[in-house]
Amino acid sequence: MSTDQTVHINPYSDDFPTKRAILGKDMPMRLDCGVELSSFPIAYQTYGTLNEDKSNAILITHALTGDQFAADTNPVTGKPGWWTTMIGPGKPIDTDRYFIIASNVLGGCMGSAGPAAINPETGKVWGLDFPVITISDMVRAQALLMDELGIEKLFSVIGGSMGGMQALEWAAAYPERVFSCCPIASSSYHRAQNIAFYEVGRQAIMADPDWCMGRYHEEGKRPRSGLGVARMAAHITYMSEAALTQKFGRRLQDREAVTFGFEADFQIESYLRYQGSTFVERFDANSYLYVTRAMDYFDLAKTHGNGKLAKAFQGTDIRFCVVSFSSDWHYLPEDSREIVRGLTGAAADVSYVDVVSDKGHDAFLLEEPEFTNVLGGFLEGSARRRGLISQ
Amino acid sequence: MNTNKSIRVDLQVIADLIEPGSRVLDVGCGDGQLLEYLVEEKNVHGRGLEISQEGVNQCVAKGLSVVQGDAEEDLGYYPDDAFDFVILSQTLQATHHPNQIVQDLLRLGKRAIVSFPNFGHWRVRSYLFFNGRMPVNKTLPYQWYNSPNMHFCTIKDFIHMCDEMNVTIERSIALDASGQAHRVRTNLFFANLLGEQAVFLIHKN
Repeated sequence: MSTDQTVHINPYSDDFPTKRAILGKDMPMRLDCGVELSSFPIAYQTYGTLNEDKSNAILITHALTGDQFAADTNPVTGKPGWWTTMIGPGKPIDTDRYFIIASNVLGGCMGSAGPAAINPETGKVWGLDFPVITISDMVRAQALLMDELGIEKLFSVIGGSMGGMQALEWAAAYPERVFSCCPIASSSYHRAQNIAFYEVGRQAIMADPDWCMGRYHEEGKRPRSGLGVARMAAHITYMSEAALTQKFGRRLQDREAVTFGFEADFQIESYLRYQGSTFVERFDANSYLYVTRAMDYFDLAKTHGNGKLAKAFQGTDIRFCVVSFSSDWHYLPEDSREIVRGLTGAAADVSYVDVVSDKGHDAFLLEEPEFTNVLGGFLEGSARRRGLISQ
Repeated sequence: MNTNKSIRVDLQVIADLIEPGSRVLDVGCGDGQLLEYLVEEKNVHGRGLEISQEGVNQCVAKGLSVVQGDAEEDLGYYPDDAFDFVILSQTLQATHHPNQIVQDLLRLGKRAIVSFPNFGHWRVRSYLFFNGRMPVNKTLPYQWYNSPNMHFCTIKDFIHMCDEMNVTIERSIALDASGQAHRVRTNLFFANLLGEQAVFLIHKN
């Protein structure tokens, strides 16, 4: 893992190139844990143009390690946005047709209020003093952001993985504010296996002496190895076994034979170490703790349906398109089918496609023509019904 | 979007039975030909259930609301009376338990439309009679060993099942080889002999 201190662009500095809204100015936002947040920042990006009657807005909700830079260059990594395959002129999420908003989640580390932000009361980085947040809290903050932007009803909420959880939460918590909803490669709750993998990540972070009980910012340190290991463990669950075998197999890394040591002999080791080391340059370790916790706590049926998913969607008018990927073992196609059964039980307008793919959970971020066609077709059909395209 | 589309004659017979603006579920909707027609021409609130991946993808890419699933497993998840019409087109004969499927259709829909190939058609009867082998023709294109069809029935058989299940037959139409529609009730014997396909509109008694 990299140990060199690279120049880190601080997403909380005033000159960080992103849009920012200060929310909860008039009335504080009450979190599920009971704490109230007032005058807190949410960082966001927009693409395309809002039409006159403000009916063409799409909210893109990001995954655990995603951010608001969905379709433009990420200023921290210098790399293209994470969903440029889907968002752009003429693409399924068409910037010529829709107004697209992507915001950094509450608890994130790219400019929104979170453990890496400054606590206005102390003038210091929040660290573990930041309240524990939930997926519902993230969505509450997004709803305030929509108020701020004057958007009464979203044409669509679209997100993969944890982004799908937020999309579902939007549908259950604000049914009157959503016209269509696409949870992709997602789940309505975390299974024991999901919690288990993220607990491994959290323990790796907290076991790193440079974590300093969460006060590493003040100590001028960063728990690089802990966060790197957390990322490595999680990353394995984002890829299918078939993809790993195809991409790496047992091939060796720049060598003819094993070295009888603990260097990265195998390509897969080298790849994971690289994934870990680049991740720590762009992500805050405490943020990783908070956001994974929010996912573990997510249970849509429990929160909105008294244990019954169908009840969480009772009477909904929203058009849904649920998508899973056949080789995803992070959130199983069965998790998506559970969502579909819940929606079916509520007689909701739902489409469901299980895309055949060997790319595992990460398939939603990659080129998958079937997926592109399905999402594009669904949005176009929805746009026709919404009157955004003439019949 | 196109208007005045033409669709397969048996699908047209079904479409003509559907009231505009109603809530419709098409079970086994295939590539969505009928559903698309109903949404565009009859302004229905259309949903589909389809087992094949390819069919579902085509439907959703067209903007139709279709779920991938198996009628025999997934109809149970729909609430009672969720639809005005539930369509089962050319699928009944491929189900494990046709009577249970019909029961399910009538639980979640006020009315159901069921179409199937008529095994009582004279060509089928004569093929079996003269050749002594399971019929293979354009409406029944499979060999007995690779056929998805496991429960063939005749028009008379279907009426008999409806009687046993206390299901009311509202309309019954037989389509002959030229696609001409005939009312089954006028003459059941001839309908069962000349009808290549049958379409029934049924509801709970």
